[in-house]
Amino acid sequence: MASSDTPVSRRLQSVKHIIIVLSGKGGVGKSSVSTQLALNLYQSSPTARVGILDVDLTGPSIPRMLGLDGQGVHQSSDGWVPVYADRAQARLACMSVGFLLKKKGDSVVWRGPKKNGMIRQFLSDVRWGELDYLVIDTPPGTSDEHLSLLEHMAPVHSRLSSVIVTTPQAVALMDAMKCLSFTRAVNLPVLGLIENMSGYVCPCCGEISNVFSTGGGEEMARREGLKFLGSLPVDTELVDLLDASEMNEAVANLETNPVDGHTPEKTAETFTLLNRYSKTSSAKLFRNILNGVSVSLGETSESG
Amino acid sequence: MVQAQNPAADVPDNAPEHCPGTESEFAGKSAACDGCDNQQICASNDPKLPDPSLPFIRKRMANVRRKILVLSGKGGVGKSTFTAQLGWAFAADDQLQTGIMDVDICGPSIPTILGIAAEQVHSSASGWSPVYVQDNLGVMSVGFMLPSSRDAVMWRGPKKNGLIAQFLKDVDWGELDYLVVDTPPGTSDEHLSIVQFLKESGIDGAVLITTPQEVALQDVRREIDFCRKVGVRILGLVENMSGFVCPGCKTESKIFKPTTGGAKRLAEETGIELLGCVPLDPRIGKSADYGVSFLDEYPDSPASTAYLDIIDRIKEILAD
Repeated sequence: MASSDTPVSRRLQSVKHIIIVLSGKGGVGKSSVSTQLALNLYQSSPTARVGILDVDLTGPSIPRMLGLDGQGVHQSSDGWVPVYADRAQARLACMSVGFLLKKKGDSVVWRGPKKNGMIRQFLSDVRWGELDYLVIDTPPGTSDEHLSLLEHMAPVHSRLSSVIVTTPQAVALMDAMKCLSFTRAVNLPVLGLIENMSGYVCPCCGEISNVFSTGGGEEMARREGLKFLGSLPVDTELVDLLDASEMNEAVANLETNPVDGHTPEKTAETFTLLNRYSKTSSAKLFRNILNGVSVSLGETSESG
Repeated sequence: MVQAQNPAADVPDNAPEHCPGTESEFAGKSAACDGCDNQQICASNDPKLPDPSLPFIRKRMANVRRKILVLSGKGGVGKSTFTAQLGWAFAADDQLQTGIMDVDICGPSIPTILGIAAEQVHSSASGWSPVYVQDNLGVMSVGFMLPSSRDAVMWRGPKKNGLIAQFLKDVDWGELDYLVVDTPPGTSDEHLSIVQFLKESGIDGAVLITTPQEVALQDVRREIDFCRKVGVRILGLVENMSGFVCPGCKTESKIFKPTTGGAKRLAEETGIELLGCVPLDPRIGKSADYGVSFLDEYPDSPASTAYLDIIDRIKEILAD
């Protein structure tokens, strides 16, 4: 396993930065942060090429969030072709086990070794092409998937970094701490910590409620000497957008073409999800987070 | 004190150093296997012999009347919080003995939620003794076995399975009326193992927890599929975080909108009973962080009423 020339390293040769999104706890928003990170990186330059890999094998959410539910993966002579969220422009590539299931209700009941094999295939057999960033969304915990990822990507370790997502309550912070211990144990650089779901703005009176308390993430970052990238409040607009992407697509189709709602070719070029995302309040907050990520990326690649 | 850093359960005592474990992908194939007497057995793909711990588990579980799993495909939907409330509600009856087993090995939250995070597990002649929250509520979690709460448990499947087997056979649960099992998100090693280990003793049913959004429901659909595949009875669905009442203006709003009809639609589609919906109350999270019982602290909250109704319904279904 010490050999530096493996199918995975050959395949990932053309990927500049690999960012792993981690959190010890489930349901804190790893997938939504991964999606936002990918969208923002995509937007950061008109030529940026971004990949997003979902290694949450038993609960893939990325296809839904990008509005790609029901899409399939094609086989080419050069490996699996990822699904492109921006269709024709082909700058936002996505791969998830969700694309390989027949029905969305099918469960993937796999033990560790099978998950390990799938991850190896995702890393070595997907035709990512040239990528500036590969964002990897992980399942909760510090187990098979995480160990497999790190093991298979050992030859490209110098290009790896991670972002930790947490929510503000003590229960989640404890798991985030475990996650941080994990990154230290495997020598994975941490770009910073994001606090998600800190506060909720009542749509009726504008009062901010701390549904899951607040400030815990910043406090933890300070204590552990991590960079605090920012906090994101609960944004119902974003929840709606990511939860019902296909419907939005349909609505947008109707909006752009009220007479004939059936012109997928035309709307495909505009990438409606991104347009709608740019209008949410989270998008504005995430720009600062992206700046923080870019600065940290610069630092880690210099020191590494 | 019992330490979690035991060798993997599937590494035999007489195995060579660096044995990958008999259940491992590399069993019989790694460099360490050369010269091991059992290399042939490991390397062959013959079906594995039945787990030797099964008879011990059966013996231990014979004293447990009801075994309930709390499942959800998705993380962070409130499995542990619900498990804790269920445990507390069962234990409110002095006559009943209740146990809570936390098989979320990588992210154990149960000790914090029950306010016993600083406790340790002690072993005695009759096995590991659970940590008691009150006289009739015993708890077992990997959280009690870590040197510090900061430590990550970086284990692959076989090692997690080994610990789950130990929780079932080595823990001195005593006579229990209810054993509630809290699980990690997903449908993987932990879930398969607990179902396999408890197959002979029988699982009374599973409670599935979800939140209203489609992203969560998708994962719960997968969990339903899992339950049907492995033959575990589903007691019902609980929708958590459905609606939020602003403490300022008392208006209820939906943080996580049921874009595809929420748990209600899912229940109709799949023919599974919807046990109830629990509104989002910020005090639930607070209570969990401080390790106090939400039901005792805020009995007049709508969420408490919802919890109690659901728990009554579960008892009814179990015919207790």
